[in-house]
Amino acid sequence: MDLDYSAEELAFRDTVRDWLRAHLPDDLRARVARYDPLSRDDLARWHGILAAKRWIAPAWPVEWGGTGWNVVQRYLFEEECGYAGAPPLSPFGLMMCGPVLLRFGSPAQKERFLPRIYDGSEFWCQGYSEPGAGSDLASLRTAAVRKGDRYVVDGQKIWTTHAHMADWIFCLVRTSRESERRQEGISFLLIDMRSPGITVRPLALMDGGREVNEVFFDGVEVPVEQRVHDEGAGWTVAKYLLGHERMNTARIGASRRELEKLKDYAARQMRNGRPLLDDTRFRDKLSRLEIEIMALSITNLRFLDALRAGRAPGADVSMLKLRGTEIQQTLTELMMEAAGPLAQALPAQARDADDVTGRLALRYCNYRKTTIYAGSNEIQRNIIAKQALEL
Amino acid sequence: MKFDPDDEQRLLAESVERLLARDYGFDARRRILASDASWSREVWASFAELGLLGLGVDPEHGGFGGGASGTQCVMEAIGESLVLEPYLSTVGIGARLIERGAARKATWLADIIAGRLTVALATTESESGYTPTHVRTRARQTASDDIRLDGEKRVVLHAPDADLLIVSARSDGEPDARDGIGLFLVERAAPGVTVHPYRTLDGLRAADVVFSDVPVVERIGPPGAAAPLLEEALDHATALVCAEAVGALRYANAATLAYLKERRQFGVPIGSFQALQHRMVDMTVSYEQAKSMAALACSTVDRERDPRRRQRVVSAAKVRVADACRHVSQEAVQLHGGMGMTEELKISHTFRRLTRLAQQFGDADHHLARFAACDPASVEANA
Repeated sequence: MDLDYSAEELAFRDTVRDWLRAHLPDDLRARVARYDPLSRDDLARWHGILAAKRWIAPAWPVEWGGTGWNVVQRYLFEEECGYAGAPPLSPFGLMMCGPVLLRFGSPAQKERFLPRIYDGSEFWCQGYSEPGAGSDLASLRTAAVRKGDRYVVDGQKIWTTHAHMADWIFCLVRTSRESERRQEGISFLLIDMRSPGITVRPLALMDGGREVNEVFFDGVEVPVEQRVHDEGAGWTVAKYLLGHERMNTARIGASRRELEKLKDYAARQMRNGRPLLDDTRFRDKLSRLEIEIMALSITNLRFLDALRAGRAPGADVSMLKLRGTEIQQTLTELMMEAAGPLAQALPAQARDADDVTGRLALRYCNYRKTTIYAGSNEIQRNIIAKQALEL
Repeated sequence: MKFDPDDEQRLLAESVERLLARDYGFDARRRILASDASWSREVWASFAELGLLGLGVDPEHGGFGGGASGTQCVMEAIGESLVLEPYLSTVGIGARLIERGAARKATWLADIIAGRLTVALATTESESGYTPTHVRTRARQTASDDIRLDGEKRVVLHAPDADLLIVSARSDGEPDARDGIGLFLVERAAPGVTVHPYRTLDGLRAADVVFSDVPVVERIGPPGAAAPLLEEALDHATALVCAEAVGALRYANAATLAYLKERRQFGVPIGSFQALQHRMVDMTVSYEQAKSMAALACSTVDRERDPRRRQRVVSAAKVRVADACRHVSQEAVQLHGGMGMTEELKISHTFRRLTRLAQQFGDADHHLARFAACDPASVEANA
C-alpha cells in the first residue's frame, strides 16, 4: 500500500499549482477570500481563462475539449483550484447539462450547445425542484403538452440557482400522466430563458444573498428538437446525472484552505488574554474538524483508487457529499464562533478590506444549504442504505 | 498512490484469515477465553509457523520485514477475531524495542520468531495516565555495577504469562522529566517481581506488577535517554492498535447489518426502518474514516523520521479511531437490542474489545491534546 502520490502525479499537481498562481486574477482571489458574492461577470471571467487554457471541462471527451486526464489528475486539478481559492465554476452547464448531452444528446444538440457551454458564452441553470417535489423529485407536476413540433410548458420550478443570470435552463417536465409509475412520463427539456411566458422571481434568503429563484412557466413554447433523449425518458437522464462521477464532491481543497484561514484567524482572536487557538474547548473542536478533513481526504483517495481500478462510483459519492458538507458547515460555524461578539456586526463595508469578520455570520447562515442541496444528506443516507448496505 | 494490498500482503492476509477461521471461530475462542491462561500456545505455534511472529523484524535478524503497513492486515484480522494472544505486546512492541536497543537482540529475536518467548510492556503507573514519560519506578546502579528496579506498574497486559517484561524506570529526575528514563528487560520470573494477575474487560490476562530490588537482564537503548525510543515504539504500537480496531469495527458493522436484515418486528425486517438505516449509514461512514486514518498512521510510522510530524498523524488517527470505536460499538449494541448485551453473541465481546482499544495508548482526549501540541501553527502562536 502506498498513500503518496507518484512522482508524475506530484509533477502534475505542481504544474497546475504554478499555473494557478500565475493566472488566477488577484482581485478574484481576494473576493473569494473575502466571501464576496460573485456576479455572472466574475464567474464568466474565470471560466474564460480556464477555457482559453483548455482546462475548463477536463472530464469531457477529448474531441469536445476534454483534457484526457485520468481520475487522479482530475481530482488533483479540482483540489488545487479549491485550495488556491479560485471561484467555484457554475456546475450546471459543465458538469450537468454537458455530460447529459454527451451521453444522450443528438448530434445537432451537441453542436448547438456544447461549444457555448465550453466557452462560457451561455450560462445554464437547473429546473428540477418544485414546490411539491423536493426530495421526492418524481412527484413533479410542471407539464409539457405536445402541440405539433412544440411543447407547451406550464408550471413552476423553485430553488433554481442562478436562474436570474442564466441563458438556458434544463428541466424535468411531465409529458404523460398515464403510467402508474411516477418515474415514467417525465421528459428532459432544454428551454431558452428568454422564451415568452417565463418569469423569474428571486427568493430572499436569510443571508441576504441572491442565489436561488422561483421560475414560472406560463404557456412557454419549446421546440421538440430541444428534448434530450426520448419522450418519457427524463428519469433515466436524471439518474445518469445523479450517478455521474464527480471527483470534487467532498471539496477537500477548499475546506483545507478554509481550515488554514480559521487557524490563522483564531490565532489572532484574543480571549482572556490568550489566542483563541490555545483555548482547549475551542481547540478540541478545531482539532476534531481538522482530523475529519485528513480522514476524508484519504477516504476520497481510496475511492478514486477504486474508481481507477474500474469500480463504479455509487454510494461512495454519497458518503463524500455527506461528510464533505458536514465539514464545510462546521468550518463556517467555528469561523463565526472565532469572531466572538464581533460576529454580530454586519457592516455594509468592512473598514479593512481584508477583514472577513462582518461576513462570517452570513456565511454560517448561507452554508446551511450544503446539507440540503444536491440531494439532502438524508437522501444521501437513503442512497447509501439502499445501494451499499442493501437495506 | 496505491491502496490495495500488494500480492504478498494479500497472501499473508488470506492465510491469517484462513488460520483464524479454522482455529479461532467464536466457540473456539470461548474455550480459549475460559482456560486459565486465556490464550492458546497451539494458536501461538501456528502464528510462528505462518511467520507472523517475525513481521516487522528486519530480515537481517531473521524476520520478514514489512513494517506497520505490512502488519496492518494481520492486526485487522486479530481485531476481527478478537484474538487473545500476546501478539501486539510481543511482536509489535517487544520485538521492535529489542531490535532497536538490546545488545543480545539476536537471541531474543530468534526466540520470539520461533514462538518460544513472549514479552509484555510495563510502562503504565498509577499516576502516569497515558503519558509514558511520567515514570516513578526507579532504576538503581548497584555497587557491583548491575541495575536494580523498584516500583510498581499497572495494567501490564499479558504479564502473568510473559517470559520477559520491558520496564520503564528512572535513574534520575522528577517523575515528569523526559530525561533520566531508561528501558529495561526483566525476566518475569526474576526474584523481587510480584505479579498480581487479573483479567481486562475484554478477557486478556493482565497484572499489576511490583518490582522490589529486581535485577535487570539488560538495558534497551541509551542509559537515561530512552524517552524518544519509547515514544517511537508506542506510536508504532498505536498505529497497530488503530488497525486492530478497524478489524473489530468491520465485524461490528457486518454483524449489525446482518442483524438488521434478519430480525423482524412489526412484520418486517427492522432494517427497513429509516431511523435504523441512517444510523447504520453513519456507522459505515465512521468505519471508512477510521480505516483511512489507520492506513495513514501505519504508513506514517514506517516513513516519517520527524518525531513531531509522526506524533501528529498518529494522534489524529487515534482520535478518529477512538471516536469510531465508541460510536460503532455503542450503536452496534443498541441496534442488536438486548441480544447485543449477552455473552452469547460475539457483538458484546466486540463491544468490550472496542472499548479497550479506544483507550489503549491514549484515549481521544489525550490524543486531541497531543495533536494540537504538535501543530506547527500552535507552536507559532505560543512563540
